Amino acid sequence: MPETDHQDRRRWMGVLAKAAPEEVAAAWSGLPAIPAYDFLRRPETGLVMVRGRIGGDGAAFNAGEMTVTRCSVRLAGGTIGHAWIAGRRADQAERAAVLDALMQDPARRPAIGRAIDWLAELQEARRDRGAHEAAATRVDFFTMVRGAG
Amino acid sequence: MARTDMLLPGLADPVLDAQQIFRAVLDAMARPGTIVDLPSPPASPEPLDPATTAIVLALNDQETVVWLDDAADSEAVRQHLRFHCGSPLTADPAQAHFAIVGDIRAMPPLASFNLGGDEYPDRSTTLILQVPDLTGGTTWTLGGPGIRDRATLAVAGLPDGFRDQVIENHLGFPRGVDLIFTCGARATALPRSTRVEG
Amino acid sequence: MYVAVKGGETAIDNAHRLMAEARRGDPAVPELTVEQIANQLGLAVDRVMTEGSVYDRELAALAIKQAQGDLIEAVFLLRAYRTTLPRFGGSEPIDTGDMAIRRRISAAFKDLPGGQVLGPTYDYTHRLLDFALAAGGDPPPAALAERPVDAHMPRVADVLSQEGLIERDRPGEDEGPPCDLTRQPLEFPAGRDLRLQALARGDEGFLLSLAYSSQRGYGNTHPFAGEIRMGEVAIEFLPEELGFPIEIGTITVTECQMINQFKGTKDIPPQFTRGYGLAFGHAERKAMAMALVDRSLRAGELGEDVANPVQDEEFVLAHADNVEASGFVQHLKLPHYVDFQSELELIRRLRAAAIRREAAE
Repeated sequence: MPETDHQDRRRWMGVLAKAAPEEVAAAWSGLPAIPAYDFLRRPETGLVMVRGRIGGDGAAFNAGEMTVTRCSVRLAGGTIGHAWIAGRRADQAERAAVLDALMQDPARRPAIGRAIDWLAELQEARRDRGAHEAAATRVDFFTMVRGAG
Repeated sequence: MARTDMLLPGLADPVLDAQQIFRAVLDAMARPGTIVDLPSPPASPEPLDPATTAIVLALNDQETVVWLDDAADSEAVRQHLRFHCGSPLTADPAQAHFAIVGDIRAMPPLASFNLGGDEYPDRSTTLILQVPDLTGGTTWTLGGPGIRDRATLAVAGLPDGFRDQVIENHLGFPRGVDLIFTCGARATALPRSTRVEG
Repeated sequence: MYVAVKGGETAIDNAHRLMAEARRGDPAVPELTVEQIANQLGLAVDRVMTEGSVYDRELAALAIKQAQGDLIEAVFLLRAYRTTLPRFGGSEPIDTGDMAIRRRISAAFKDLPGGQVLGPTYDYTHRLLDFALAAGGDPPPAALAERPVDAHMPRVADVLSQEGLIERDRPGEDEGPPCDLTRQPLEFPAGRDLRLQALARGDEGFLLSLAYSSQRGYGNTHPFAGEIRMGEVAIEFLPEELGFPIEIGTITVTECQMINQFKGTKDIPPQFTRGYGLAFGHAERKAMAMALVDRSLRAGELGEDVANPVQDEEFVLAHADNVEASGFVQHLKLPHYVDFQSELELIRRLRAAAIRREAAE
């Protein structure tokens, strides 16, 4: 797979992972008929060790784990889709894996891509709202000179 | 990037199936010489038998280092191990937590695997030996933990001198490797605690 | 010595039933849902995730409900649950420089690029009980500024480092995976990676008291809160089958950079040194205490005297975990009848001997 395709796939897999489960469910229900698929790896919940950096920018250390659910499917045509998603939602991991496979099909990409874009917009709106809320609490401290020298 | 177009499915129910396989391996280890049936996974990568694949899927993960002999080594096997277990591979038998042997006649001596240390004998290698048949070979008489009086084992296709290696392995107890023989969908085990008496 | 005891099965079952009834409280009062705990007791959830060392809001909320709000018991429940899950691997190190900032302050630099962002905080409140809250009701919506906060904010070390006034940490050239105390037993001396992992999951109360002791003169390190930031970071993970990293979700973390005066040695010029704290969720007190203790534990490496508890690696790391600590303290509740019987007999003999001696004199 060429590098540009990696970038595209990174984006849609990230959008699917960061979406709320009910958003993925809503996007799913609005899609045209989903082709048949088999599981290569059924949804399975496990742990990923989250790593930080010493001082924020130094060597890595283990900060603690997070729950993650993964799933891999193969479409009837042979295309394989994967999902790795924070949390324990098997249904979201399964849908994300199927959508990952469908996005690799150029014929289906426009329709599925619109659903991905919709999910990305929801995430962007949340992030944007948070950034505006935080900005409203920005403060300028004035240093007062004490005494007259 | 790894080629993923040849990927095969793993266990149908990763948790329940793995528990059943684990239970069967536990029974085999606890009753040396007993032949157990293993639930067959949906697919096995060439040249592994279903029993070998089942044990690998149930016991291996990204923290178990695996060694493959030439006969068991194929791109399909490597891909299956990486995709379903995340297990790293090693070329050094002494580094292996698990070893998968496809041709027992050509394998390195048991003593070349990790025998564990006196402090941590549990860190030794578990060998999964795929053999032509679990019965029909020369009959060995077994004794030791998990055996009330006498048990027997008649694995076919063992090379000359293998019996001496197994005896030697037992003499180093609590250090030593554990052996699981597989064929088709069945397995039998010879843990390091078992004596070969005749 | 431990001796197995038998019996009491019915009594134990009944004790657990009684516990369940006490946990539920008055049935006329509506039952708490896990969603309510996850949403409205968010800081308790954050503490349980941090010390339980598993980021999962629903699991932590369930643990709090099950433990009737006993947070250390909830941490224990979460730690026990995690042992049932397989480990898929380690994430790429998180980049807190790209955090979606909710809060970001510095007590050392007034005019930090990106500004001081108070975010949701109890600082500057009067700590007066709010009886209006007891009555319930929805708060007014949060205010929105016209312009958002910066998408990327430099860390405090970037600001001071131009003049070489602050030490920098650099990722190693040939970086292997960091040590993991959930996989290998803790051994001393521990590397800084292992120390930070132990502190990150360590008990907040214990670390808070140690940090306080360092400020009061038991190993003073002249600290400034260089920067505290809290917000969401993306977690990247490299699945073997893809060969490139993908984002698998976002988590909220709190990061604290303490900067500390350092007089220098013959090899190192005087400069500011740093202590680091990182916690899941919004856990500022924990991150600050962790950063102070991290810096104190570097005393040996920086050629300072190691004379106080907070500087003693073995003392701090061996006692920071509240699951281990509560297990060992609370095991004293379990039957020790044989132990006690033997001590009782010993005391009787000693007393008898002492009385005989007195009579003889």
